[in-house]
Amino acid sequence: MRVLMRGNEAMAEGAIRAGCRCYFCYPITPQGELVEYMARHLPRHGGVFLQAESEVAAINMVYGAAAAGVRTMTSSSSPGISLKMEGISYLAGARLPAVIVNVMRAGPGLGNIAPAQGDYFQATKGGGHGDYRLIVLAPSTVQEAAELVMLAFDLSDRYRVPAMILADGMLGQMMEPVELPEPIPPEKIPPRPWAVSGAKGRPPNVISSFDLDPYRFREILRALWDTYREIEEKEVRWEEYATEDAELVLVAYGTMGRICRTVVRRARKEGLRVGLFRPISLWPFPSEPLRKLAERVPVLLTVELSAGQMWEDVRLAVEGRAKTPFYGELGGVVPTPDEVLREVKKHVHS
Amino acid sequence: MSTVEAKAPAGFAPVYTRPKSLSAARFTYCPGCHHGIITRLLAEAIDELGIVERTVGIAPVGCAVFLYEFFRCDFVQAAHGRACAVATGIKRANPDLIVFSYQGDGDLAAIGTAETVHAANRGENITVIFVNNQIYGMTGGEMAPTTLPGMRTVTTPEGRDVRTTGYPLRMSEMLAQLEGPAYITRQAVFDVRHVQMARKAIIKAFQNQIEGKGFSLVEIVAACPTNLRLSPPEAGRWVAEQALKYFPLGDLKVRE
Ligand SMILES: Cc1ncc(C[n+]2csc(CCOP(=O)(O)OP(=O)(O)O)c2C)c(N)n1
Ligand code: SF4
Repeated sequence: MRVLMRGNEAMAEGAIRAGCRCYFCYPITPQGELVEYMARHLPRHGGVFLQAESEVAAINMVYGAAAAGVRTMTSSSSPGISLKMEGISYLAGARLPAVIVNVMRAGPGLGNIAPAQGDYFQATKGGGHGDYRLIVLAPSTVQEAAELVMLAFDLSDRYRVPAMILADGMLGQMMEPVELPEPIPPEKIPPRPWAVSGAKGRPPNVISSFDLDPYRFREILRALWDTYREIEEKEVRWEEYATEDAELVLVAYGTMGRICRTVVRRARKEGLRVGLFRPISLWPFPSEPLRKLAERVPVLLTVELSAGQMWEDVRLAVEGRAKTPFYGELGGVVPTPDEVLREVKKHVHS
Repeated sequence: MSTVEAKAPAGFAPVYTRPKSLSAARFTYCPGCHHGIITRLLAEAIDELGIVERTVGIAPVGCAVFLYEFFRCDFVQAAHGRACAVATGIKRANPDLIVFSYQGDGDLAAIGTAETVHAANRGENITVIFVNNQIYGMTGGEMAPTTLPGMRTVTTPEGRDVRTTGYPLRMSEMLAQLEGPAYITRQAVFDVRHVQMARKAIIKAFQNQIEGKGFSLVEIVAACPTNLRLSPPEAGRWVAEQALKYFPLGDLKVRE
């Protein structure tokens, strides 16, 4: 059944269908509808909805609920995500699965509530302190938003690595028809023998990110990084659109990826051989497929709602095999397809 | 790290044994530190109530960070000050568990003030053990929010000047004003009588949780002999004579 939903609502419904039963939040625009949806629907599914006193508290409640073995989520927008970074680092260090949704707005500081992509570094390079990564997924449609939230829960469980959905205000607010995926039955959710559930008939379980011995801690982190390498091998996701014969390929994710799809269609109508490469997993970043693309496409134009953050990963992947110009907008300004097309035309000839 | 239990000779019955809910790990506290007494009291309470198999502890950041090594129950190590939020998450996720946090005064009354106040105000059905030693023990004896006026610490080398650093924060009095909490009490462990009273208070705080009464906090005015630069007996006397002036003992809120 297709239903009309906002991106924020679809992410909330996706979480509920994924078996999320503890959700902790602190209000912030532009993800308010997600909070409201959870407040209305999660208790009906026997879940816990709790509005915390801050994002710091909310993420630490997630830490507790994850430790207790429940699928759990929090959502926020950029300034709130900054506050969650301490807790996210602890989740990563303690190997707890959890999902964090960031409906990005423009920053730094209080910035504004318009859509932006300025938190890419924070999401994909760690963000909090220490040597860790998050699984980061970036939807570009409302449908994909629901699906990726569910995938985030599965991946986070499978690898015991927290996962982040990196969306933006545009995607959060827009309404689209969605074919909601089937709920995940409780028995399909992986068991959690490591959770704190009472040390009855087994040795105590301890959830901790702490080890004073550098050699022991090194081993813990080596195991963590082995997991990250496995994720990099198995969980890279991206979409290519009209790249087969392209002379120029746009590289963009999320809302910008969606706008660039329109740009490709317009360019094609004008006879320009333009395609789109849209990373879906921002970490692991689809470096290999992008490198392959760079071997046959002379120009890869990165377009972001930022001063150029993913652009760094594009250049690292391409390593000079193709030209890698950049076009970005700042402060919550979203370029129109025509503006991007104008930029495209600087690099291709009809 | 393990200890050997002394065996009583034939004809003698042991009257002081290691609580069952403690592991074999040796405490990491300094000699004479009140943390050692309080940790043991906690274990005795868990033993007495027979709840070790459904208890989850939350270890703070501070001198009690290794608490998870001392107990035979499940444990979660929390970020500095966040224990009450973590406890909320655990208890809400699984209300059948008995959840306690153990926190120092820097942890609970400085960096974690918001998490503590709001967990108390929500009446979270958890048990909080609050060790008020008027100092940051673990980081080397800096001023805590509870440091007494005029008290020398490494960050108040001339003594705490209330004009620039404020007054000792009476967290329990503040919490007792709220509707949420079921039980707020202040105890001490500097002599046998007070140890026994503190023990009873800890048991009550757990009993409340078992009965679903809600947020219960036992503050214990404690000594950090290392940073007071006093012998353990002198440090105990210092608590009795100096600290209790600012932190009078007794129940601050009891909801029956
Ligand atoms: C976010 C953060 N800030 C600072 C520290 C450093 N730190 C470790 S323990 C501590 C204070 C502990 O004092 P208290 O809570 O009173 O416990 P005590 O050691 O006295 O038992 C501090 C500031 C930290 N670990 N994390
Ligand atoms: S530093 Fe103070 S509080 Fe910490 S263990 Fe030593 S005596 Fe106890």
